[in-house]
Amino acid sequence: MPNNSTNSLAKARAKSTAIAASIFLAPALILIVVYMIYPVIDTFVTSAYKWNGISSDKIFVGLGNWKTLLTDTKFWSAFGHNVVVMIFSILLQIPLGLMLATFLDAGGKKFNIFKIIWFFPYLMSSVAIAFLANYILATNGGLFSSIATLFSGHKVNIDLLGKSPSALFSVIGVMAWQFTPFYMVYFIAGYGNIDTSLYEAAVIDGATRKDYLFKIAIPLLGPIFKTACTMSLIGSLKYFDLIWNMTQGGPAGGTELMATYMYKLSFQQFNMGYGSCVAAGMFILITVIALVFQKIFVVKEDY
Amino acid sequence: MNDKKADYRKSKTKSRIAWVIATVLAIFWMFVALIPFAFMILNSFRKQFDMLSQGVFHLPDPWFFDNYPGIVANGFFGYFFRSVIIVVVCMILMLTIAAFAAYPLSRMQFKLRGLIYAGIVAMMSIPMHVTLIPIFKMTTNMGLYDNLFSLVGPYVTFALPMSVFILTAFMMTIPKEVEESAEIDGCNKFSNFFKIILPLSKSGLSTLAIYNGVSMWNEFAFANTLLQTASQKTLPLALGQFKGEHAMDMPLILAVLVLSALPMIILFIIFQDKLVKGMMAGAVKG
Repeated sequence: MPNNSTNSLAKARAKSTAIAASIFLAPALILIVVYMIYPVIDTFVTSAYKWNGISSDKIFVGLGNWKTLLTDTKFWSAFGHNVVVMIFSILLQIPLGLMLATFLDAGGKKFNIFKIIWFFPYLMSSVAIAFLANYILATNGGLFSSIATLFSGHKVNIDLLGKSPSALFSVIGVMAWQFTPFYMVYFIAGYGNIDTSLYEAAVIDGATRKDYLFKIAIPLLGPIFKTACTMSLIGSLKYFDLIWNMTQGGPAGGTELMATYMYKLSFQQFNMGYGSCVAAGMFILITVIALVFQKIFVVKEDY
Repeated sequence: MNDKKADYRKSKTKSRIAWVIATVLAIFWMFVALIPFAFMILNSFRKQFDMLSQGVFHLPDPWFFDNYPGIVANGFFGYFFRSVIIVVVCMILMLTIAAFAAYPLSRMQFKLRGLIYAGIVAMMSIPMHVTLIPIFKMTTNMGLYDNLFSLVGPYVTFALPMSVFILTAFMMTIPKEVEESAEIDGCNKFSNFFKIILPLSKSGLSTLAIYNGVSMWNEFAFANTLLQTASQKTLPLALGQFKGEHAMDMPLILAVLVLSALPMIILFIIFQDKLVKGMMAGAVKG
C-alpha cells in the first residue's frame, strides 16, 4: 500500500493483529465458556428447580431451595467443618512448609535428598492417601494402635476415625501430611526468586545468616505468603477427594464438608436441584471468604 | 578485642546448636514423610493373614510376592494405560491451547487484551465442584457418559487458566527483537509463533507439563462422576474397584497403591528441578 497514509496503514496493522489474536485465543476461550462459565451459570439456574437429574419433569420452585439451604443444619455444620479445616490447614501447612523450605534454602544442594523425600506425599493421589490413611489409622492393627500397644505392653485399640471430633482432626492431620510439601516447594521457589545480590549486600553490611533470614528474606516472601494462604483457604473450602474416600463424611456427619454433602445429594440421592443449590451456595461462600481475606491481608509489595 | 572473640565464638556455637536442632527436626520430618510409604511397601509383600498375626512392625515373614501378579491379572495395566492415554492426550491439547492463548496476551497489542487476560486469570478460582452437575448433564447429552474421553474437556479446561497465566509471564521475558527481525524477513504472526516463540517456550511448557501431569494423573472427582464401567476407569478409580472386589485383602490393595504411586515418584526424582522452576514462574507474580 504505497499511497496510503501511515494512519490507515496502522489501522490495517491493528486489524490484522486483532484477527490473529482472536484466532489464537479462540480455542481457550471456547473451552472456558463451555466447561466453566456455562456450567457455573447452569448451576445457579438448576438451583431454582426440583429435579432428579434424569426425568423430564423439572419443577420450578424459585427460591425454594435457597430458603431450605439457609436453614439446612447439615449444610451449615458442613460449612463449619470446612472452616475448621481451613483454619488448621493454614496454621499447619504453611508454617511447616516455610520451615522446611528455609532449612533447604540454608542448606543448599547438599540437602537435596531431604527435598526429594519430603515431597513424596504430594505425589500420591488423594484417593491413594485416603486408602493408606484408613489402614494406618485402623483401630485394629493400624500404626497408631500398634505403637500404643508397643509402649503400653498390652493390646490397645485407638479409634481415631470412629468418633467426633477426633475423626475431623485425623483428617486435618492427613491433609497436612499431603499438602505441606506443596507449600514447601512454593516457598523454595520464593526464596529462589530473591536476588542473590541482596544476600551479598547484607553480608557485606555485617548481617549474619539469621539477620538476613528474618529481616530480609522472610519479609520479602510476603506476597508469596499471601498467595499460599489464599490457595490453602480456597483449597480447604472445596476439599473433597480425601474425605470422600476416607470417611464419606462420617461418622454421623462428623467430617461432612460442603463438597461431600453436595456430591451425596446430587449423585447418590439424585436430588440435583437442591444439589445445585448447595454447589452454588458453596461458590458464593468461597468467593466471599476469598475476597474478604484479600482485603484484610494486605501485603506491602515494595522493595 | 578478647570480648569480640568470645562473642564470635559464642555466636558460632549458638549457630551450631541451631543447626543440630534443625537437622534433628529435618530427620524427624523425613520419617513422618516416609513411614506411611514404608508401611505401604512392606505390607504389600505380606499375606492378609500374616499381616494381622505378625503386626505392622514385623518385617514380612515370609516375603509374599503374589500380590503383584494378582493385581496385574485383575486388569491393573488397563487402568494404568488409560491413565497414561488421558494424561498424554490432555497434556498435548492443553499445552497447545495454552501457548496459543498466551502468545497474543503477552506479545500483541489489541483492544480487550487486559480484560481477556484478567478474565482468564479469574477463572483460576472457580471450584470444579460447582461445575460438576452441569458437566455431568452435558456429557450425558453428548453421549459421552462412561467414555474415557469425556474427561478431556474438563481436564484441559481446568488446567488452562493457571497455564495461560504462567506462560504469559514466561513469553513476556522473550525479547521483542527476536520477533521483529523475523517479521522483517517476511514471517507473519503464525509462522512467528511456530518457528520462534514456541521453541523458545520449551522450558516453560515442560514445567507446566510436570505441574499439571501430577494433578491429571491423580484426578478423582470428574473421573468418578463421568465414568462408570471398569473398562473405562482411570487409575485413581482402580483403588475403589479393587477394594470392591477384594474388600478384606489389605496387602493386595496396598500393592495397587504402590504401583500407582511409583510412576509419579520416579518422574519426580528425574525432573524435580523443573517442578521447582515451574512453581517459581508462578510465584513471581503471586
